Amino acid sequence: MSSSRPDTGGGTPHPAPGAARAGPGGGGSPWWQAAPFALVFVLFLVIPIALVLMVSFWRATEYELIPDFTIASYLDVFEGCSNLDELCTTFKTYLSTLKFCLLVWAITLALGFAIAFFLAFHVRTAGMQTALFIVCTVPFWTSNVIRMISWVPLLGRNGLVNQGLTAMGVIDKPLDWLLFSDFSVVLAFVHLYTLFMIVPIFNSMMRIDRSLLEAARDAGASGWQVLMHVVVPLSRTGILIGSIFVITIVMGDFVTIGVMGGQQIASVGKVIQVQTSYLQFPAAAANAVILLAVVLMFIWGLTRAVDIRKEL
Amino acid sequence: MRDTRRSAGFWALAGLFGLFVLFLYGPMIAIFVLSFQGPEGGLVFPMRGASLHWFVKLAEGIGVVDIWAAFRRSLMLGTVVMVLTVILSLMAGLAFRRKLRGGGVLFYLTVASLIMPSIIVSLGIGLQFRLLDSAVKMVLTALEQPELLETYGTSMGLFTSALGAQLTWTLPFGLLIMFAVFNRFDPAYEEAARDLGASRWQTFRHVVLPMIGPSVVGVGMFGFTLSWDEIARSSQAIGDLNTLPLELQGLTTTVTTPVIYALGTATTVVSFAVILGTLAAMAAFRRRGARARARQP
Repeated sequence: MSSSRPDTGGGTPHPAPGAARAGPGGGGSPWWQAAPFALVFVLFLVIPIALVLMVSFWRATEYELIPDFTIASYLDVFEGCSNLDELCTTFKTYLSTLKFCLLVWAITLALGFAIAFFLAFHVRTAGMQTALFIVCTVPFWTSNVIRMISWVPLLGRNGLVNQGLTAMGVIDKPLDWLLFSDFSVVLAFVHLYTLFMIVPIFNSMMRIDRSLLEAARDAGASGWQVLMHVVVPLSRTGILIGSIFVITIVMGDFVTIGVMGGQQIASVGKVIQVQTSYLQFPAAAANAVILLAVVLMFIWGLTRAVDIRKEL
Repeated sequence: MRDTRRSAGFWALAGLFGLFVLFLYGPMIAIFVLSFQGPEGGLVFPMRGASLHWFVKLAEGIGVVDIWAAFRRSLMLGTVVMVLTVILSLMAGLAFRRKLRGGGVLFYLTVASLIMPSIIVSLGIGLQFRLLDSAVKMVLTALEQPELLETYGTSMGLFTSALGAQLTWTLPFGLLIMFAVFNRFDPAYEEAARDLGASRWQTFRHVVLPMIGPSVVGVGMFGFTLSWDEIARSSQAIGDLNTLPLELQGLTTTVTTPVIYALGTATTVVSFAVILGTLAAMAAFRRRGARARARQP
């Protein structure tokens, strides 16, 4: 394509050394090229996670960590959980986080699927597709906190929504569940993370052979049947990837729940963050290990659900 | 051959798409407008006059927080993250095209990093550097170096722990983009270059790089913008001096004037400038390629 640069010809009089180096297997091991990349993940992912696991079995005083092998931190996490009359704090926190997780997952999946379907099957020119896709992705590159606080002028006590509803006579005093509530948390999650559904589902849909849809229609399938029996099964990889993204983000979140919940709503991520800021590392680590186990279980479940469908 | 008439389904979905775009951009537009609120104006509409009052306030600093220092720190960190993301992802992408033993493990590690809850990564890195600090202090005590021990603060900081934490977030995106690029790359171009006697480096520099250039610029943009807005992974690994988004997150609970909208507008302007700069650089790359093709006989 652009190999017409005249200066590249300078190498041609001496082909022998270059050719030898570029030969098959030449140029050294590819691991030298991948090593810096791999090193980052060893240093900043593998070792830290191993340390979290290790420290979850340690003890701590107010100002120092003491190496040990005790499950005291785990017992503390589940303290009072054998009481069947009232849920313990940990179970309550997980239930609350799971509730957000389920709501956000269902909404982003439905919305993301519809948007991806529109882009992939209804927009006809590739140029228009790219333009609309970029319109959806640009906000992803701007600050999440800004996007959260941008709901304040709309949903606040004196915000646009309350002003509008009052003016129309729908309500006589401002609604106060619009902001710093479960509602605003879910709204912000949907606002921030629907893109994580759109991109992989759109990608899957673009790979679907269009003649399959025509064949289904020719065979007498209704629009709904084509959707449920052709498009959805063939988009399952995208749906799976999007679901894993959204679920892991919501399960570990503490920023969105913090800002949009007015720092009043508990979440598993927030528990870990608060314990870390009070330097209660073994407790934070034990919570992190449990959270990781729960998230891995979800991912395992999701990948199994998809495999089972493939077998049918 | 397709029916040119649009179905009812099309209009329903087009309407939904329109509402979704409004949902994405509407609130942001609201705070851009409100950041030009008059001096007496509050956090919500109506506008009480229009002024640059809150930008002036922002320039003077918000309370005890030195916004400009945080701004500069974020800019520096973002630049370093961008450069490292481009170089490391590109090198790893090239390595994956050859026979990379254990490449599968590295790939799964990368994906694991992407979907690992950020708070766990952040806690782990924070813990790692604290333990490192204790180890260093122990060694200094054992070596009887009281002066060094006194001056030693912490190994945690912007370009150690925070940089590492952000790379665990930006590099997976970089590698996935490189995969997408090299999947569509025809190795025939490299073979042709090698047949003409180009060395490995010459092949890369004069054949491969110009062709993948726009995507490499795109990786750079991902690196910068993801770092510029990153909170979750750096939160427990930042040390004493915060980045701009971390300061911003703290300010949401304490600031009750439109100055926070002015800050939002300012940071978004930087994000948009980077996106537009990237698109311009990509277009320039493509034009250069087109000119080079036009010069061919």
